[in-house]
Amino acid sequence: MNAPHPSGPGGWDTRRQGRQRRLERAAAIGLGRLVPAARVVDLLEAVIEPGDRVCLEGNNQKQADFLAESLADCSPERLHDLHMVQSVLALPSHVDLFERGLARRLDFSFSGPQGGRLARLVQDRQIEIGAIHTYLELFGRYFMDLTPKVSLIAAQSADAAGNLYTGPNTEDTPAIVEATAFKGGIVIAQVNELKDSLPRVDVPADWVDFVIVAPRPNYIEPLFTRDPAQITEVQVLMAMMAIKGIYAEYEVKRLNHGIGFDTAAIELLLPTYAADLGLKGKICTHWALNPHPTLIPAIEAGCVESVHSFGSEVGMENYIAARSDVFFTGADGSMRSNRAFSQTAGLYACDMFIGSTLQIDLAGNSSTATLGRITGFGGAPNMGSDPHGRRHASAAWLKAGREAGGANAIRGRKLVVQMVETFREHMAPVFVEQLDAWKLKESMGMDLPPIMIYGDDVSHVVTEEGIANLLLCRTAEEREQAIRGVAGFTPVGMARDRRMVENLRDRGIIRRPEDMGIDPRMASRDLLAARSVKDLVRWSGGLYAPPARFRNW
Amino acid sequence: MEKLEFQFKAASATPAAGTALCGVVGSGNLEILIRPGEPADTCQVHIRTSARGFGRIWEAVIAEFAARHPVGGTRIDINDMGATPAVVSLRLSQALGDYTGGAQ
Repeated sequence: MNAPHPSGPGGWDTRRQGRQRRLERAAAIGLGRLVPAARVVDLLEAVIEPGDRVCLEGNNQKQADFLAESLADCSPERLHDLHMVQSVLALPSHVDLFERGLARRLDFSFSGPQGGRLARLVQDRQIEIGAIHTYLELFGRYFMDLTPKVSLIAAQSADAAGNLYTGPNTEDTPAIVEATAFKGGIVIAQVNELKDSLPRVDVPADWVDFVIVAPRPNYIEPLFTRDPAQITEVQVLMAMMAIKGIYAEYEVKRLNHGIGFDTAAIELLLPTYAADLGLKGKICTHWALNPHPTLIPAIEAGCVESVHSFGSEVGMENYIAARSDVFFTGADGSMRSNRAFSQTAGLYACDMFIGSTLQIDLAGNSSTATLGRITGFGGAPNMGSDPHGRRHASAAWLKAGREAGGANAIRGRKLVVQMVETFREHMAPVFVEQLDAWKLKESMGMDLPPIMIYGDDVSHVVTEEGIANLLLCRTAEEREQAIRGVAGFTPVGMARDRRMVENLRDRGIIRRPEDMGIDPRMASRDLLAARSVKDLVRWSGGLYAPPARFRNW
Repeated sequence: MEKLEFQFKAASATPAAGTALCGVVGSGNLEILIRPGEPADTCQVHIRTSARGFGRIWEAVIAEFAARHPVGGTRIDINDMGATPAVVSLRLSQALGDYTGGAQ
């Protein structure tokens, strides 16, 4: 047997040595902990090395935008072949890194507005995509094989020692900093302001190496604000069906809502339609949810006990601070969000996910991928999946499990509900024989088609035509016909086997509005607890301060 | 602009109002006018739509509606600005409800 090596090649602390080397290079050009904004490129070129794995903080809300632009301004001769790991590719500067030859490889979760540019880069072979992850997967890999050497993060304020206060949009910061600071990496923070003392410390100073006061506050997108004025009667009808046919029947108390007008309609029916059905306190009491302004009426009506958030939402700060029984807030009064923990809650502690999508196939697989765009997944696949490791029971989980596995089922099931109108705008059918994701896989040379929610995790499909309960289907053919049966007048819907669909309806697998005692003519916007953003402000007692683009008064 | 005309056999409607008007001509929406028509076992539908090429879907939507409701003896005029079948079906049942006074 060989004696253990006294050290690895180059020692057992090469990462620490590398970190020291980088810090010395920064010190050699006169840069200390507090770096002037004008010298940010000098700093990045000093501490980042070619081939480094670099994490650029940014989600669909908070963005380390100044650091992203500054990195894109660095010299490709000095910095090249970078491996970017980041939650969201949202800003033009994120893509500039690849177009300018600074970065070569990308591991990420979501690309939203840059989806088209990203697809072109892949086709032009200017970028290698490692994988498109869910958030939890990506965070998990930060602690396994994708640990960043340098992380560029965003916070609200710093004190002289370098402690950081993130404000309500804590989001991904704790996960990124922990993975970097405790594995010999370097953390660089952009902040909006320096303060003598902070309201609270979200990241301690000894986890942070450099702080830069950015020339302008970091960008925050009000992504989760939906104007009630735009909710349609069809969405009200679908919301009524979801509440009566799913929320009430499964007694869904703990849940996550995907973003969109469909789920906003449900939120606005909780204090009206759902309360009239006697459901207050019986459904929707605990949430993993960004602070949706459309949840304000339900909170004010006493329907909601607790909300933990992935991030915050612009304009909701004062309302959240004044409702600390409901939201998670620090001793200073302001919200502390945390994407990693809220995603964990969404995965393991929620009984239901309900959200929308762009396409659904005959097996119930859904995707938001369309041709020529790589958009990724974000958090929906974590929330919209049944975690087989779950052990604790709840009424909803047990009922769903028994519907799927019979009375002797040894585990429950999460409810994963897809809520869509059968046609999108411009008469694009949501129900399709084959997802565009398959063509995207071919054209992009991907290992797998970018499917957002796997069909075998989906429990229900809600459309204006009714609800299909896929838990009760016993064969692939029944599943297909149940989906066709609520696909309306799309080609997929019109190709249904009418006799089989009627049989599924007799067995309660497909239910029409009238089967649930819902008259479509009652689906009126008058049922919405708020019909405008101004109504939301009124419900909040003036605490909600909507961004200018949502104010028309 | 495309004009479509369909006729379906259906059980007779019992009007409570002389005419019923529902919806508005706005993007993604439509206006539906129901009034008495001849003969009593037939529903005549006249559609003017801004979206061309969806005749087959219109026929399926209206046929489904006529099969599920007593709409004989009516003439239905529709002015459409690109409403989806979901909106069309909802407006049709709202308009018929107004026309028959809720009795269907």
